[in-house]
Amino acid sequence: MQQPGRAAEIKAIGIGKSFGSFRALDNLSLNIGRGEFLTLLGPSGSGKTTFLMILAGFVQPTEGKLFSDGTDITDRPAEQRAAGMVFQGYALFPHMSVEANIAFPLKVRKKSAADIKKRVGEMIERVGLIGHEKKLPSQLSGGQQQRVALARALVFEPGVLLLDEPFSALDKSLRGQMQAEMKRLHQETGTTFVFVTHDQSEALALSSRVAIFNHGKLLQVGAPDEVYDRPDNRFVAEFLGEINMLPLKGVKPADNGSTGLCEDRAVNMHCKAEKVRGDAILAIRPEHMSIAREAAAGENGIAATAIASTYLGAATKLDLTTRQGAKVTVSVPNEVAAAALSKGNSVWLTWPAEKGFLLPDGGQ
Amino acid sequence: MRGVLSDRMGAALLMAPLLLFLILAYAWPFLGVVKWSFTLPTPGLGQYQALLTDDLVQSVFIRTLRIAAIVTVVSVAAAYAITVVWVRGSPAQRLIAEFCILVPFWISVLTRAFGWVALLSNRGLINTWLQSIGFISEPLTLVRNEFGVVVGMTHFLIPFAVFPLASAMRSLDDRVLLAARGLGSSRMRTFWTVFVPMTRSGIIGSALIVFVFSLGFFVTPAILGGGRSVMIAELIYLRIFQSPDWGLGAAISVVLVLFVGALMALLFRYVKPKQLI
Repeated sequence: MQQPGRAAEIKAIGIGKSFGSFRALDNLSLNIGRGEFLTLLGPSGSGKTTFLMILAGFVQPTEGKLFSDGTDITDRPAEQRAAGMVFQGYALFPHMSVEANIAFPLKVRKKSAADIKKRVGEMIERVGLIGHEKKLPSQLSGGQQQRVALARALVFEPGVLLLDEPFSALDKSLRGQMQAEMKRLHQETGTTFVFVTHDQSEALALSSRVAIFNHGKLLQVGAPDEVYDRPDNRFVAEFLGEINMLPLKGVKPADNGSTGLCEDRAVNMHCKAEKVRGDAILAIRPEHMSIAREAAAGENGIAATAIASTYLGAATKLDLTTRQGAKVTVSVPNEVAAAALSKGNSVWLTWPAEKGFLLPDGGQ
Repeated sequence: MRGVLSDRMGAALLMAPLLLFLILAYAWPFLGVVKWSFTLPTPGLGQYQALLTDDLVQSVFIRTLRIAAIVTVVSVAAAYAITVVWVRGSPAQRLIAEFCILVPFWISVLTRAFGWVALLSNRGLINTWLQSIGFISEPLTLVRNEFGVVVGMTHFLIPFAVFPLASAMRSLDDRVLLAARGLGSSRMRTFWTVFVPMTRSGIIGSALIVFVFSLGFFVTPAILGGGRSVMIAELIYLRIFQSPDWGLGAAISVVLVLFVGALMALLFRYVKPKQLI
């Protein structure tokens, strides 16, 4: 988090934080690679913001160590770490112009007036704020304030940029625009980005890796498709999007993955049955299931009855019940949904073996 | 009440006794004072002309402005420090600060003025102590001059300066201070370049309220000034009750009220009334 112009590599080892008897963060170990775009994802109170504040140096961990490029920075105060930070609500200096806000970190570093002028000018151009230099934050729109906050946090070329739910106050269309802009800034600067959000689609869209938090614990870290398609546990599976869970019996390893009984029919999974044996849960995303007249021998399938549909425009969400009463939701083309509903009786739900994954039975 | 009286009617009725009292006890008699200033001893603008030429009146006006300005600077600076502790300190620090701010409120202005006399007079605590440790040989003149007046008034006015400052500091977003530190600014620099400018409205409100109060001070300057450091309010008293010159006393009063009124108008441009409590 020091040498300007160079992305930092951060290593957290066994970080924990207690506020009185409340355990905000528990035994967290995580490596953040140079130039990576890491998202910390979780519901409120999951510990993701506490971890960000520990990275920034605003919160002192109760235990554990933090390294930046191999240097122990656990006890280093925030002003000496100089990670760029964008706060929720932006936290711009209300009494300073756009220009003065962006110049602030450079003035603190005692850069020459000419250097400050040049770098502030470049940054203003880069975030598209030309013509707004002399305005006060209160005279700007939410999106423009966001850009000032980004410019101010990046102008001194920090090794890492920390972002605390920066888009939560923006409306949906502006959010999309700012997300694209942030991705561009990440590519242009090459800096390590650590981004906090509770919005799973934002996390999946932006990051090179996602770290999912719940109740102060880091549950899983991985590339977006990795955590979405192969979650380690039920919380991650459910938090990242809608998911169907079917009870599975007699799970055991098989050639090329594992096998088990789903409502008395044998099904195959490509994933290994390492962590689970016997009873387990088979999880499948709604968009990975399709409706068929019947399932061929050897194909994964389960019989179900369509009970309701929700028209979503591009597709229809169809709710079904299996013979043994499990509820399943699928996302299918509109005409397929209509056909399934009009039949009134049994259809088959099928899915490819690589799209179903195993979760331990019950809870996490 | 609801359904019988509209909210506005209810509010008007609740305020009526106070308004009536202010009109009868304050506005109406003041109109009488305005009338005197134009009619005594002879009708005309003579008293206002005298104000412009009378050396004594002018020197008292200048002294009043000077004392008020010094008291304002000292009070606001001291209040700022104590308010920072009161609003942002640890729970124990807050309690101590609150105690220091509120206790003076419970002691009468007269008691406090005499208290300062006991501390500051030639044979008072401070002089006898300084002499006993051999720091000075002759007592310092600490009362019956402007110094004593400034000390007494500052002590009285600090709590009033605290409230607008506290209100400004409480409404400040903590994340802005964190942002400054995160961007590399030391605590000291953050205080001077971010915290202080962001409490500007509180400083202005606090300074104006202290200044306005100082202009009309009577008891403290009368006791701690000992007749040698006469301020405007005391001069009005002397003109009305000692050297009966009601017309001039009335004219000074009118000028003072207009001046204070203008300052109050300025005050409410920067601070909402509820921030002053």
